[in-house]
Amino acid sequence: MRSRALATTLEITVPVLLLVLWGLLSAGSDTYYFPPLTDILRTFMDTWVFERVRSDVLPSLTRLALGYGIACSVAVAAGLALGLSTPLRRATDPIVQFLRAIPPPALLPFGILVLGVGNAMKIFIIAFVCLWPVLLNTIDGVAGVDPTLRETARVYEIGPVDRVLRVTLPAAAPQIFAGMRTALSLALILMVISEMVASTNGIGYFVLQAQRSFAIPEMWSGILLLGILGYVLNALFLLVERRVLRWHRGSRASALS
Amino acid sequence: MLHVEHLKKSYGETEAIGDVSFDVQAGELVCVVGPSGCGKTTLLKCISGLLEPTAGTVRVDGNLALVFQEYSRSLFPWMTVRQNVAFPLRRKHMDKREARALVEQSLASVGLEHTLNRYPWQLSGGMQQRVAIARALAFKPQILLMDEPFASVDAQTRADLEDLVLDVRRDYEVTIVFVTHDIDESVYLSDRIVVLGPSPTSVQEVLDVPLGQPRDQVQTKERPEFTQLRAHVWRSIKRPDNDPVAA
Repeated sequence: MRSRALATTLEITVPVLLLVLWGLLSAGSDTYYFPPLTDILRTFMDTWVFERVRSDVLPSLTRLALGYGIACSVAVAAGLALGLSTPLRRATDPIVQFLRAIPPPALLPFGILVLGVGNAMKIFIIAFVCLWPVLLNTIDGVAGVDPTLRETARVYEIGPVDRVLRVTLPAAAPQIFAGMRTALSLALILMVISEMVASTNGIGYFVLQAQRSFAIPEMWSGILLLGILGYVLNALFLLVERRVLRWHRGSRASALS
Repeated sequence: MLHVEHLKKSYGETEAIGDVSFDVQAGELVCVVGPSGCGKTTLLKCISGLLEPTAGTVRVDGNLALVFQEYSRSLFPWMTVRQNVAFPLRRKHMDKREARALVEQSLASVGLEHTLNRYPWQLSGGMQQRVAIARALAFKPQILLMDEPFASVDAQTRADLEDLVLDVRRDYEVTIVFVTHDIDESVYLSDRIVVLGPSPTSVQEVLDVPLGQPRDQVQTKERPEFTQLRAHVWRSIKRPDNDPVAA
């Protein structure tokens, strides 16, 4: 218990100390590119609380959520099908490996050409990049379900729907979640990139515009916001994961003890 | 109740089961005993329909349930004890209250009426195997197959679970086929013993166990008949003509 309290204290104090250090070192800075932290924070408050929430933050988050949501649903559905059928998995494996090897930003010109510069293109790019880690993890998790669990389901004549939704899916859930977590950070990256290439709003767009118009504190405030967003999204994800996979942590802990 | 005729199972070139035939009558408790790796689990999987036999037939009158050796991998860790036992009943179109009562009664008959809402991994190995037995009982099988169910629990728990099997058999009047490599266990539990030889296995002999009922861990095992039977099965398994090197 004491070591846990100590860990929590460290987790809070170290970042705070770093911020203080940054503030002290940058105080009175007249370097154009590295404005004082206080300037950045003031700009941050002026810009993001809540001036540009509607115009930039919400469009960005909507794209992120849609792209990520579409990717996860498609990947889990496809991963179930591929994980359950060995011939199907064999047949599609080269295609999957090829497609996931394409660096997603390389698809931006194609996306702009076909889908234009609107939301559809950005959502497509985000979904495309998020698809692969979730898909591959789902396939792996589904194909690797313990044979004893599968045999148990067969012996007790569990119906096909229950077998997929209540046996295969939960058994593969730990791996699916691992894929989703990787995908989440990719989603944020591709959100920013797609907004920098072709956009009229969004946080990525804002950061690039600020830099181009030499609004350096604004640029920094955007970067800061993206960092905070990434942190919060990951924390929320972990919260959900901990709830959904409570049984997994418990059974792993009891297997090790 | 169960008829196994000239059952044969090979995986490609390797023969797991050579030629096995035996019958089990309704209400009987038959132990299948044989040396490690002789294909006992394969035999049970063929009987339960999990594996397709290469040749021969298996006829089962009624439905069956199987209790696996690896209880920790056979119970669903994301379900509570109650959900685990209730899960196979979802297809039986039962009245909700009726199903609930059946689940509770099954768990009570293995002594777990107080752990309904815990998860399997929060229980000890012996208790987990009790959950697996309760799940099988709630399924209302005419024939219960058990695949070395107590191989990985400690000796005291094992003795308790053996007596539980005898109680269940008496209370539910269910036919039981119990696979084990433990000779004492096979003699203690069964009405008849099917002794299997080494792989590719065939039936060495079928032995009556006239020890009567009820049985007791201490008194039954003290009886000279018990010791004789035990020695007989032991020799039958270890017979030199079964030794693949000597043969």
